Amino acid sequence: MSGRRKTAVLTEKTMEALIRLCGVSAVVFVFGIFFFVFREGYDLLPRLDYREFFTSIEWYPTSQNRVRYGILALLAGTFSVTVLAMLLAVPFGLGAAIYVSEFCPPKRRETLKVIIELLAAIPSVVWGFIGLTVMNPLIIYLFRVPIGLNVLNGGIILALMSVPIIVSIAEDALKAVPDTYREAALALGATRWQTVYRVLLPAARNGLLAAVLLGVGRAIGETMAVLMATGHAVHIPTSVFDSVRTLTATVAAEMGEAPVHSDHYKVLFVIGILLFTLTFLVNLIADLTVRGIRNK
Amino acid sequence: MVTAQKKIEISRLTVRFGSKTALKEVSLDVAPNEILAVIGPAQSGKTTLLKVLNRTLETSGDAVMEGTVRIDGEDIMRSRNVYDLRRKVGMVAPLPVGLPMSIYENVAFAPRQAGIEPRRELDAIVERCLRQAALWDEVKDRLDSLGSKLSGGQQQRLTIARALSHQPEILCLDEFSIAIDPVTTHRIEDVLQELRREMTILLVTNLVQQARRIADRTAFLLNGELVEVGPTGRIFSDHPEQQKTYDYVHGIFG
Amino acid sequence: MISPAHTNISREIPAADAALPQGAARFTETPFSRKKMRSESAAEYVFLAMTLLLVAPLLLILGYLLYQAWPILSLDFLLTNPKRGMRAGGIWSPLLGTFYLVFLSLVIATPIGVLAAVYLNEYARNNWFTRLIQLAVVNLSGVPSIVHALFGLGAFVLFAGIGRSILAASLTLAIMTLPVIIAGTKEALSSVPQSFREACWNVGATRWQTIRAVVLPNAVSGILTGIILQVSRAAGETAPILFTGAVFFKAISEGDLLAYGLFDQCMALSMHLFTISTQVPDVPHALPYGTAIVLLGAVLCINAVSILLRIVLRSRKKW
Repeated sequence: MSGRRKTAVLTEKTMEALIRLCGVSAVVFVFGIFFFVFREGYDLLPRLDYREFFTSIEWYPTSQNRVRYGILALLAGTFSVTVLAMLLAVPFGLGAAIYVSEFCPPKRRETLKVIIELLAAIPSVVWGFIGLTVMNPLIIYLFRVPIGLNVLNGGIILALMSVPIIVSIAEDALKAVPDTYREAALALGATRWQTVYRVLLPAARNGLLAAVLLGVGRAIGETMAVLMATGHAVHIPTSVFDSVRTLTATVAAEMGEAPVHSDHYKVLFVIGILLFTLTFLVNLIADLTVRGIRNK
Repeated sequence: MVTAQKKIEISRLTVRFGSKTALKEVSLDVAPNEILAVIGPAQSGKTTLLKVLNRTLETSGDAVMEGTVRIDGEDIMRSRNVYDLRRKVGMVAPLPVGLPMSIYENVAFAPRQAGIEPRRELDAIVERCLRQAALWDEVKDRLDSLGSKLSGGQQQRLTIARALSHQPEILCLDEFSIAIDPVTTHRIEDVLQELRREMTILLVTNLVQQARRIADRTAFLLNGELVEVGPTGRIFSDHPEQQKTYDYVHGIFG
Repeated sequence: MISPAHTNISREIPAADAALPQGAARFTETPFSRKKMRSESAAEYVFLAMTLLLVAPLLLILGYLLYQAWPILSLDFLLTNPKRGMRAGGIWSPLLGTFYLVFLSLVIATPIGVLAAVYLNEYARNNWFTRLIQLAVVNLSGVPSIVHALFGLGAFVLFAGIGRSILAASLTLAIMTLPVIIAGTKEALSSVPQSFREACWNVGATRWQTIRAVVLPNAVSGILTGIILQVSRAAGETAPILFTGAVFFKAISEGDLLAYGLFDQCMALSMHLFTISTQVPDVPHALPYGTAIVLLGAVLCINAVSILLRIVLRSRKKW
């Protein structure tokens, strides 16, 4: 029996070590991602003309005469698509979250949540395909524009893609508001809409903000769908019917052809560092906001 | 050994959770085969006291402890093997916890973890414990059904049976009658009277009359401080040492 | 004590009721409350409309894709390689490739993810280090998929020297989908009542014994849900495998389940859909639709299984 106890203690120690190791794995991986993406691109950092990098719209990474790495147009592409997506997704996402959490009968709530979950499961390449084959002719037909692969197309697709995450986080935030608030408001004669508007939205403010931020993070980082739906033109858009190209799409499209360890290859990694930093900040802020409500 | 007369010796025990003090300088001895009742209103530190005894308090993270607790003369904080300590101290939680496994497995769980494998040995342990907990006759034909599907009173006796399965020397019960009816409560009190021949029993209760019925001695905790400890007869008499004790057991507050 | 006056009043009410015509409400409606009612139902319908506008596309899209793909869907389509420069044939090679990638990434991510969740839920104390881990998990799922791809290229393909292969792509996918498993498992673990753990500790079980005997078995449904979601996520991802192991075209022997090796490159459904809808000219109409519906169908089915499992297991809860 003492031998048995010794094995038990040994198993205990081994498992605990293994569990702790796996516990820190997420931290290791995040640092790993930053390290390896940085490692491939850092070479170029001292040599990069930052003024050109951030302010020039000329992206000619393979030019014979003079190579130019200006990402302003790419930034504008990412920015325009993300903003349009959020303009569409935030009201609809919050509206749906309010409906599901406050107005909906319980049985229908389950159904709607399942459908929204399925919406989140559609792969981004399928979204891109839908942008290409459904939205593209639809936009050309409705707005009589020559090409339907543009900011509008990408924005709508991205909005549909980020809505599920906004709905689910926002619904969590609304659910976290104690029922006593609702009862108190209703007891004072407020309608449900007044309860939502005056009591719940202010009370769930931080959670809703986090929901929006996570949606933004998702939209900035999306790759395949925008690659296929936005028309792939390096260009600062002046209307929603202009084609654009985003940071993510550029990396996806050009990495395959850039020779390993060439400057072109490295600059794509530099864009990777930029994307990593950008989404890291957005997620960090979202996380801190959520933590804010928990601490209260 | 000099300490043979004392099963448990608690001296100047202080427990804090962050800035909250749960127990303040509590000193208390328990003799072998004694039933000691601990009474007191909610939040007075009764449960914390039990959790110190089997060191499950340290799983809750922010608890800080001072003072010493000796069981059989050994300082439990220095005890090398906390799992052996927990086998020595049986614990029954306030709300019955039927683990979601069969009745048989519930009782056989601890012996199995300790390395007892032969089916016949386990069968014997399960029967003995269920009999001791006065549950055997009700469940002997359905040992394979889920423990969590039993009624509240049965689950509570199952919890006691499980606590007995590792042959503890000390049995701690934390407000065991909260979730069960008076008839079952009385049956379990009878069981405890039987068990005291083999072990020391620490009974935390918020029913003062329960302490009066079965305890040899009674301790009164209030806001983490030990107000008074003494023979049950004295605590419930018209002249306990402290006025607060009188007020509490006669229902003037709490 | 009830005073006689009280009893009188309560007796008067039924009398007043009797004076009302049958079916009439006892509360009188005022103009003000009617206005409130109107805004109330208006608000409800606006929000309902917004929700439906989100739900409708899913059904429309599914229907449209299915309609367009219908002529080509057959067992043959699944079991033949793409042919004639991907302008004919089926999707066998990418289908099997996706299966390999998903399976391997699952094998890698599951143990790490489950144990990481066990750490966070059972071992971690409430301190800055735990916060750091949680933040890392959030970020791991927030990092753009294309950055994961760059990481996979830099770390596995080049640094570790694995080269572009199924293994490198699966490792990348595994890390990318790790948060899904961690989140699912963690939720499942935290739904196991704390009293179960305490009951085990009280009888002298060690931490790991408690986890193995009581916590994990009771969380298994939630863990499975997380794993299934990981599968659907991994199956649909394109960007992370672009430079780490997927190729545009590769013919393999048809019907042979072991056609790929660990260090081979492979085709994948998601990448194949991208290729034939954007890179190859003159692809027959139905081919990309067929590929899309197979990919979408598979992912949605896997998700549906996860949802069903959750509902069934929730109703059979043992406590």
